[in-house]
Amino acid sequence: MEIDIIIFVLLVFMAIAALIAVETKNLLSSVISLGAVGFGLSMAFLFLRAPDLAIVQIAVEVVLLIFLIRATISRDTIPETGRIRWWGLAFVLLLMAGVLVFGYFAFHDLGNFGEPIISAVKSTPSNLYLREGLEKTGAANIVTSIILDYRAYDTLGEATVLFTAIIGALAILRSRTKTDKGERKK
Amino acid sequence: MIYSLCFVLFMIGLYCVLTRKNIIKIVIGLVIMESSINLFLVLLGYKNDGIAPINDKTLSPLEFMARSVDPLPQALVLTSIVIGLGVTTLAIALCIRLYEKYGTFDISQIRRLQG
Amino acid sequence: MKGMSLIVKTVTRWVKVFIFLFGVYLIITGHLSPGGGFSGGVIIACSYILLTLAFGKEFTLNRFGTGIAKVLDSSSALIFLIVGLLGFGSGGVFFANYLQKRFPGEELSLLGSGNILISNIAIGIKVASSLFLVFIILSVLRLVTGTDGIKRIVQDEEEE
Repeated sequence: MEIDIIIFVLLVFMAIAALIAVETKNLLSSVISLGAVGFGLSMAFLFLRAPDLAIVQIAVEVVLLIFLIRATISRDTIPETGRIRWWGLAFVLLLMAGVLVFGYFAFHDLGNFGEPIISAVKSTPSNLYLREGLEKTGAANIVTSIILDYRAYDTLGEATVLFTAIIGALAILRSRTKTDKGERKK
Repeated sequence: MIYSLCFVLFMIGLYCVLTRKNIIKIVIGLVIMESSINLFLVLLGYKNDGIAPINDKTLSPLEFMARSVDPLPQALVLTSIVIGLGVTTLAIALCIRLYEKYGTFDISQIRRLQG
Repeated sequence: MKGMSLIVKTVTRWVKVFIFLFGVYLIITGHLSPGGGFSGGVIIACSYILLTLAFGKEFTLNRFGTGIAKVLDSSSALIFLIVGLLGFGSGGVFFANYLQKRFPGEELSLLGSGNILISNIAIGIKVASSLFLVFIILSVLRLVTGTDGIKRIVQDEEEE
């Protein structure tokens, strides 16, 4: 029951940091609060016995913070203006209440925390990987043996998605120079 | 209880995406939603008094199977985090391009300048 | 962007090697301990990003440039695909672990897992080079005030 309290405290911390990130006026402090959410998530992964995810999350959060700060620094940091449209806000709150009711019924059937389905059903793929992973693939880290051997096709798709996203970012940011030079030549 | 808190985190991100007008705030809301979903998937696989899924042959295979946490959500979330970084980078590139074109991050002004 | 102060430069000069080595360690022992291609790749990219932030972008652009990052990005994705296709040819299944079947090494050793090691290295190089490339592209953007008073973002000339 100790893990319950730890995860509870971390989730409350993350929720408060997320609220600050949403509600604050200054963009830079909003980005830094987002960093607090990510580091809390990394600690939660560490307590949930997922050390791979903790390492990846903490490194990705650092890189993401650098990118976001580069995007926001010395740019338009004027806070958002304009009056709030009350009917729009009311519609949004109504929609969120609907999603919340749906979520309550969805969580009702889910089972308790700490009793996953692999404990109850012994013939799931996860149990097979845990039992035979070391002999079949030679990798002691079962997560690595899943992502690079049993389900490497997923990883190939992931590499393709990353490649496409990077190519897209390059294309978006690069097309500016050609038009710029074209104007300069005129 | 913990699942509900995770859902509350998701709702904060959804609220941010739906109501804010600054485009960087919308990207921040997307990142918050992504974090909550990753955490929820890992929470589903946690076992009480579990150990990390690393088999160093001190336990027999059946005992290791009985005690380790579920490795499959962790493997899927591991790729999902890196994909999230790539997609967020693409979104930031789009934001910079919009700023370059319109000189502002406010989406209502961007919409007005378009017509 | 001429780099930061002397303290940051000195600390970076000492620390950059250890960050890089930690990334390489995570990649190579990814099948024995926590880590793997993704985390090691992001940490290697972090070391280059630290170098760029501390010494200025001309330093890294003159030493490495974007060309080698592009080549590494594409070729490591190709290596990963070729590993999968070779498994299709020799083992009968896409991404079959043929090296581990043919030469079963000692368990819990560095070479005991066949082509998981090769895949880890390919994934690590891919993630590191693509993140470094995006950071370079984002960092060569510069904010200047145009003639008409509107702030514009341009890319520098030496980037071409």
